[in-house]
Amino acid sequence: MGFFRQVFVIAVKDLRAEIRTKEAINASFAFALVILLLFSFAFDPSAETTREISGGLLWIVFAFAGALVLNRSFARELPNDCLDALIAAPISGAALFLGKALANFLLVSAVELVSLPVFGIFYNVRWTSQFWELMLVLALGTWALTVIGTIFSALTVNIRLREVMLPMLTYPILVPALLGAMQLTTDLVAGRPIGPDTAAWLKMLIGFDVVYTAVSLVLVETVLVG
Amino acid sequence: MSAVAVDGVWKFYGDFPALRDVRLEVPPGSCLALIGRNGAGKTTLLRIVAGFSRPGRGQVRIFGNPPRETETRRQVGFIGHGISVYDELSALENLTLFGRLYGLANPRRSALEWLERTGLERVRNGLVREFSRGMRQRLAVARAFLHEPSVLLLDEPFTALDDRAVAVLQTLLRDALAKGKTIVMSTHQLREALELASHVALLNRGQVAFYGPRTPEMVADPGLVYARYSEG
Repeated sequence: MGFFRQVFVIAVKDLRAEIRTKEAINASFAFALVILLLFSFAFDPSAETTREISGGLLWIVFAFAGALVLNRSFARELPNDCLDALIAAPISGAALFLGKALANFLLVSAVELVSLPVFGIFYNVRWTSQFWELMLVLALGTWALTVIGTIFSALTVNIRLREVMLPMLTYPILVPALLGAMQLTTDLVAGRPIGPDTAAWLKMLIGFDVVYTAVSLVLVETVLVG
Repeated sequence: MSAVAVDGVWKFYGDFPALRDVRLEVPPGSCLALIGRNGAGKTTLLRIVAGFSRPGRGQVRIFGNPPRETETRRQVGFIGHGISVYDELSALENLTLFGRLYGLANPRRSALEWLERTGLERVRNGLVREFSRGMRQRLAVARAFLHEPSVLLLDEPFTALDDRAVAVLQTLLRDALAKGKTIVMSTHQLREALELASHVALLNRGQVAFYGPRTPEMVADPGLVYARYSEG
């Protein structure tokens, strides 16, 4: 079986399991919506202020809601020792990692795509003026979140306090990607397209994704088997 | 060439040596019963042979190759303490998934065949979380045998099995031996294991205290190896 077929099989397995149990996705949706709702009540910002904080607010919500999905990524393999069966199977650790990262990416993206219209309604912001550029930034930022989250989910899977450890380990490493995604999202929600002064953030986000994906693919076998 | 060769394997947990210079050669087509008290290192050794964990020192070879090589993994079937199937998938989905991961030509057909062999064809679309313990164990056996492995690594395979699952497993193990496959199983069920085994290894505090062919006296008196070679 080819590498990408293996990735697809793992991703479909994770998505099917999550769709049946809805363990992570329900919690993640609920968390994202509650945070957006509470912030809108707590600060009651003007439309202008909202546009200025939109990137930060949205990415804080995405990062924390995403952690709920990412925590389950390898933890779902623990009951019945399913991780042993995956490690024993003749697939590369890289395929296993990418399959899980892809499933996580789709789940976190689903949470984001539901959160955005809710954000628009609660904060009275028209966020669609730079729609495709915003989707690109969301995809790049979400991939950064899921790559880092998935590799640390593998690393912390056997730790008793993994729910606490995963965010503590991932967020510091994610700082550059989150900064870039926040800055770009703020501009795009405010209706400003990506220009020469913000293109550096986009390049940094792409670079972050490429570098950390490559590093994760190299390290995952060691992380899983020791 | 040995089917499984364990050469001077050490494994440390912190400073504690769980395995100490373990050396074993398992010939192709043989069945090794790996016995020993709780904590002797049986599971640790099997996990290293299966490639789930790396030894601190020494090396393991399966048909001359490292256990983590892709082609080696294709030749190995493993049953551990867990059943290693997904509760939220059906029996058929589980076996089809592993059939795909092992690159079988027709994963669905192989899955259906093994569901029939393990008596689970009527519940093939039922979710595993709704299965009884015995049904789950039989599905675990089907998963391990699905890709027709040349080497079977079984960690206490008879523990907690119901009568039907024990019968299914014993039949499959006899069939596997008849086809020339190699079996390494750790067990506390000495009688069942010694009936199948061609060789016996006794682990004692991480060391091989005895390794040799299984004799008729061992079958007649399953406690014999412990009595002669175990240190208390």
